Amino acid sequence: MPVLEISGLKKGFGGVQALDGVEFHVDKGEIVSVIGPNGAGKTSFFNVITGYFSPDGGHILFNGVNIAGHQPHEITELGIARTFQNVRLFPNMTVLENVMVAQHCRTSTGIFGTLLNTASYRREEKEIEERAKEVLSFFGQRLKGYRWDQPAFVLSYANRRRLEIARAMATMPELILLDEPTAGMNPKETAELTELIRQLRDDRGYTVVLIEHEMRVVRDVSDRVVVLDHGVKIAEGDYETISQDPDVIEAYLGRPAEPDNG
Amino acid sequence: MTDVLDRRELPETPAPNPVDWSKVQKWGALGGLTMSFIAAIGMVAVLDRRLIISPWLSLGFLTLVWVPVMYGFVGATEDVPDGSSPPVKGERDLISGLVTGLLSGLFFAFFIVIIDTFDVTEIFRNLGPNLVELLTFGRGIGVASLVWIIGSGLLGLVGGALKVIPRKFRSALSGAAVGVLGFALLELIVTDIAQGLLIEFVTDWIYALNGGLTTLSAVVIALLSGAVGLRSDGRTLAERRLERMNLPSEVLFRKNMIAAFVTVLAVIFLPMILGSLTNELLANVGLFVLMGLGLNIVVGSAGLLDLGYVAFFAVGAYTTAVLTSPLSPSFAPELTLDFLSWEGWLIMAIVLVMAAIAGILVGTPVIRLRGDYLAIVTLGFGEIVRILFLSDWLSPIFGGAQGITNVPSAAIGPVVIRGTSSQAMFYVVSVFVGLGIYVAWRLHRSRTGRAWTALREDEDVAEAMGVNTTAAKLTAFVMGAMFAAFAGMIFAVKVGAIFPSSFKLLVSIIILVVVIVGGMGSIPGVIIGAVVLIGVLGGPTQPGLLQEFGEFKLLIYGALLVVMMLKRPEGLWPSLRRQRELHHEEMSQDAWLRTEVEHDEEGER
Repeated sequence: MPVLEISGLKKGFGGVQALDGVEFHVDKGEIVSVIGPNGAGKTSFFNVITGYFSPDGGHILFNGVNIAGHQPHEITELGIARTFQNVRLFPNMTVLENVMVAQHCRTSTGIFGTLLNTASYRREEKEIEERAKEVLSFFGQRLKGYRWDQPAFVLSYANRRRLEIARAMATMPELILLDEPTAGMNPKETAELTELIRQLRDDRGYTVVLIEHEMRVVRDVSDRVVVLDHGVKIAEGDYETISQDPDVIEAYLGRPAEPDNG
Repeated sequence: MTDVLDRRELPETPAPNPVDWSKVQKWGALGGLTMSFIAAIGMVAVLDRRLIISPWLSLGFLTLVWVPVMYGFVGATEDVPDGSSPPVKGERDLISGLVTGLLSGLFFAFFIVIIDTFDVTEIFRNLGPNLVELLTFGRGIGVASLVWIIGSGLLGLVGGALKVIPRKFRSALSGAAVGVLGFALLELIVTDIAQGLLIEFVTDWIYALNGGLTTLSAVVIALLSGAVGLRSDGRTLAERRLERMNLPSEVLFRKNMIAAFVTVLAVIFLPMILGSLTNELLANVGLFVLMGLGLNIVVGSAGLLDLGYVAFFAVGAYTTAVLTSPLSPSFAPELTLDFLSWEGWLIMAIVLVMAAIAGILVGTPVIRLRGDYLAIVTLGFGEIVRILFLSDWLSPIFGGAQGITNVPSAAIGPVVIRGTSSQAMFYVVSVFVGLGIYVAWRLHRSRTGRAWTALREDEDVAEAMGVNTTAAKLTAFVMGAMFAAFAGMIFAVKVGAIFPSSFKLLVSIIILVVVIVGGMGSIPGVIIGAVVLIGVLGGPTQPGLLQEFGEFKLLIYGALLVVMMLKRPEGLWPSLRRQRELHHEEMSQDAWLRTEVEHDEEGER
């Protein structure tokens, strides 16, 4: 049964049709890569799913519920988490706080509980902190110990990307959308993260959709690859099939020059 | 490490840089301009009556003489790029300071000559013969010019010398200056305390009959406080705070607890020994602390720039007035604000509800706006509320321009807390401030507080992390409104009469300045900000410690704000988060430079 099922998704910005009737689905426990040349509409696709833009048309069924046009925080609460292409942490909050904030929609203590320092408030705060630490431990020693209390802006680029993933995990989602998770990482870090993306599914049971430009990552982790170009899905299948597909090659490299001109 | 060693060995004996004449000229001219400006706005003349050291130094002249010292110091400062070796100190600094001072004096003497020669009193009322008489000491223009030029040259030399002398002496000198100035400016409060402690003979000796320190006591105080300065290890405040930051959290917690305990003791016992004037002042400070704490939630935590905050203050005050005053025009239940009876609690509950309603009314339409747009719209709302209270339309309820008078005093059971009894008012304000601090502190570290911080940092991402930003913003607005409404309630029973003119835009701005100067997002910062601004300079209508500065209050506010924004944007006591934010670079650079600093000290030995 598909976790996410999208049909006829449309979104235009003025004259540009960013998404022009995209059909898409993800099954539970799948890792799907969305690829496509620059400006193909990949990030718009994510933005529409997570509620940043409401679609002009089409359905987005998440576990059978149409989430098109919902508020982003409602969608997060339903179980879709995301990261951002241009890493967007809360730079002046500590690493731990970044992950603690992300549990907002899974916790409930209001102002009165806080002010009265009720037992349930204290328990919940403790749980939030422990869960945050647990989530961060997913990245081994990289975001542990003294890192907890460091403001996020001091982190290295790769660590920021990791923290963003940790933050997405902390919202306790079913589906994680990763927008270019390895952008700006060196080959070693990329390899490490590729492994972690697989673990996200294997050990933690998340369903993962990622946008990625690094073809090695796409090849290594994806069960299925979806290619977008000009807001339309032009191909779909496993990596081998996709890499041979003439439409995909054309989208990336352009059409070969017509010989009869010369 | 080798890198560091290399750098140490490279410059054998670095030659001092030549005097930077363009900088000296610039600061000399600026100094003259500043002095002329201060004299022209009438500060010297007005503050001349207030003596600092009797009989020869008045506050009026003090507003002039700091200029050559300060500008001489700045003029002698070399601009060194971050990370390069510190400049060699020497006669270069003395010359720079001296010339800066001379130039300032020259400029200022020129100014005196001009106002003496030309009659500009038609346009500049202050620049008349009286000012000339004052500035020439009644000795004729020639002598006075010489005195000003040479005097300010010498003062500039002092400024330059401050750069050259070792840090220890500098801290001793600044200690002495702070001591003398402190005792002289805080004359009222010191005598007040001395009276309370029954040691009036001390203040009788310190202060001259016509105000100000006597020359002898000034010398004694300078020596004593200089000695205290000498004892300090010369670390700057920033270094101390940085050190504090690196303390383990348990030690920090214990230190904070001790500080809090001492503060509570002081709040309980201080009012008993203070006179009514000082208590009145502290009560005003407390009111602004309360409002500052509320605005701090809105602006500092949630990052929503609210320029109409006074509206909530007004709502609290008017609600209280309508509920309690027998002269409330149409609806007058005449409840008493008795904190021990149901009536008092009912009033407080209604005040809170009204504040919440006002918060939601203001918050809902502006929730989609950000940054500048939010600021402008809230500014409009603040004015709308004041004009509504002023309007004929609502005057059957709120009395229009006549306001509501005869707001009865608050009470605790049989004990009546008169608005005129500043000591009792201070206790009442303190209780609410204590409550406010508790609320602000708990919220700051809670789930709600984290959501606010996330909202401030990046609204879109906060939304993606499952924070309902609409709800979080409204909560912030409502919480802030409640703080201000309580402040308004106390204000109503304290003053006893409420008029729309008490709730002008200026109040909003001053509360915002308190928060900014103190340190956004920091609870101690708000308190420090309120003490410094409201306590020392005075509130929008309330006099401060330096009552003499009354008419120049807003000018000083403005100047202070400009200086703060340039030199210390994080505020006087920034929150840990802002501190980290602004010190991260310095911290790493400090470590890098540390060897350099040690090298410097070795050189002195």
